Amino acid sequence: MTPVLSVERLSVRFRMRDGVSVRAVSDASFDLAAGECLALVGESGCGKSVLASALLGLLPENAETAGSAHLGDTDLLAADERTLARRIRGRRVGLVPQSPAAHLTPVRTVRSQLAETISQLTRAGRRGPQLATAVAAAADRAAFPLDHLDRYPHELSGGLAQRAATALALVGDAPLLLADEPTTGLDRDLVERTVDELRRHIGDDRALLLITHDLAAAERIADRVAVMYASRIVELADADAFFGSPGPRHPYARGLLNALPDREFAPIPGMPPELTTLPDGCAFAARCARADDTCAWVPGLLDGVACHHPETAGAEVTRA
Amino acid sequence: MLELLSVTAGYDRRAPVLSDVTLTVEPGAAVGLLGPSGCGKSTLARVAALLHEPYAGRVVIDGEPARGWRHRAPRAQRTAFGVVFQQPRLSADPRLSLADLIAEPLRAGRLEHTARVRELADAVGLGGDLLGRRPHEVSDGQLQRACLARALTLRPRWLICDEMTAMLDASTTAALVGVVEEYRRETGAGLLAVGHDRVLLERWCGRTVEWGERGPADDA
Ligand code: SF4
Repeated sequence: MTPVLSVERLSVRFRMRDGVSVRAVSDASFDLAAGECLALVGESGCGKSVLASALLGLLPENAETAGSAHLGDTDLLAADERTLARRIRGRRVGLVPQSPAAHLTPVRTVRSQLAETISQLTRAGRRGPQLATAVAAAADRAAFPLDHLDRYPHELSGGLAQRAATALALVGDAPLLLADEPTTGLDRDLVERTVDELRRHIGDDRALLLITHDLAAAERIADRVAVMYASRIVELADADAFFGSPGPRHPYARGLLNALPDREFAPIPGMPPELTTLPDGCAFAARCARADDTCAWVPGLLDGVACHHPETAGAEVTRA
Repeated sequence: MLELLSVTAGYDRRAPVLSDVTLTVEPGAAVGLLGPSGCGKSTLARVAALLHEPYAGRVVIDGEPARGWRHRAPRAQRTAFGVVFQQPRLSADPRLSLADLIAEPLRAGRLEHTARVRELADAVGLGGDLLGRRPHEVSDGQLQRACLARALTLRPRWLICDEMTAMLDASTTAALVGVVEEYRRETGAGLLAVGHDRVLLERWCGRTVEWGERGPADDA
């Protein structure tokens, strides 16, 4: 089956004023199939949000990209702004934003924003009963209460603002949903409800790319996990194997999971390198207990892990 | 002992966000206060740290009633508290380098100054040229490390952490909690940690208190 999204060797680099360049994404490759949720996890500054912006064609002027990201037969990296604005964003990629309150237009009610998006993206017409029905259906789909449609964004709770933004993202029936830190600042119950709803929306014919630093949210709904560290995807694994047994194979991914309060609650020593001065070899080497001379070469992503000495854990599982 | 006794507080006298709330933290203890956002737990944390004056009720710090709030609190009482908030960018002066940020609570006395800043920077893992940078040149996690160091500068007897790690990844969260716990081991300081992450607070704190319909249900 052809994937909904196919990203190949995607790199993004920013040219800064003083000749410095920031390598925000290096050589990222992954596919995303219909009905599938891939969680892209990593700490802030690892490059995951830049990757999302690249897929939406929302990078700033000083960005240089390489590689490709095919959505059907369109290469999102090569498409011009006109194509992206008229044919891609909203129609083929729906964005569930990081802070819905900021994403919604403050001076307009939820009803009017939904109506506008619907008349732009669908054939429901510009006014009349047909449009009203479509607005109600769109709100309903994201479990947004109909009696709140005439409210302004600031009159909504965090959870309802998130649903309003989700309703907007779903209007165009885009085959790819991209959720960028959709749960930041939400309480745990609301995090779970939000991601469960996202999961439900993908059904069998859409794909969801969930970008998050919240490992618990990723564990809850992802089919696969991609871990990003210092601009690279260092592990790409099935969620069950990653969160359960045999567990992560990349030392960074393993450390990140072990830092959770319901696991060892132990931090990884040190901090990630700056994206302006990435080391020549493996970017995790300075913090890695398994590092040796070979790690002076950047490890490629082989068999789902970019490490010269991946954890072989799972031996006990296969033995059993 | 840190005692919050029958506290009523908020931003509108006619509709206080919390009424008649009582919560105590035993000397050297770590209490986690759990509740959904908007329930009033952050306001209570600000009252506890003498940053917000309640409409009614009392705060008693190690046996001594609070004698004022904000800049009207006596220095000795104010400096008994180290406070860390959720959003480091809202609580850090963007013009200061991280070193100056950490030294902010200190008064003159240059030499002692540098030594203390270095000691704190080491404790929170801020090395090298990071100390010379300003907030926009570092990550949220790095800035929060500096804010935690600043809270420890005057060796407070009480730490108030209001959603300190809500924006941070798992490893940085574990690192900052580790710094707080190390400080408490050394000094015997007490802690009130406010948050909505049950798993985190239950792992971190000796006792957790749930914010119910009418405030924290504290049976200690
Ligand atoms: S390549 Fe080497 S330094 Fe990098 S994670 Fe693997 S073992 Fe550690």
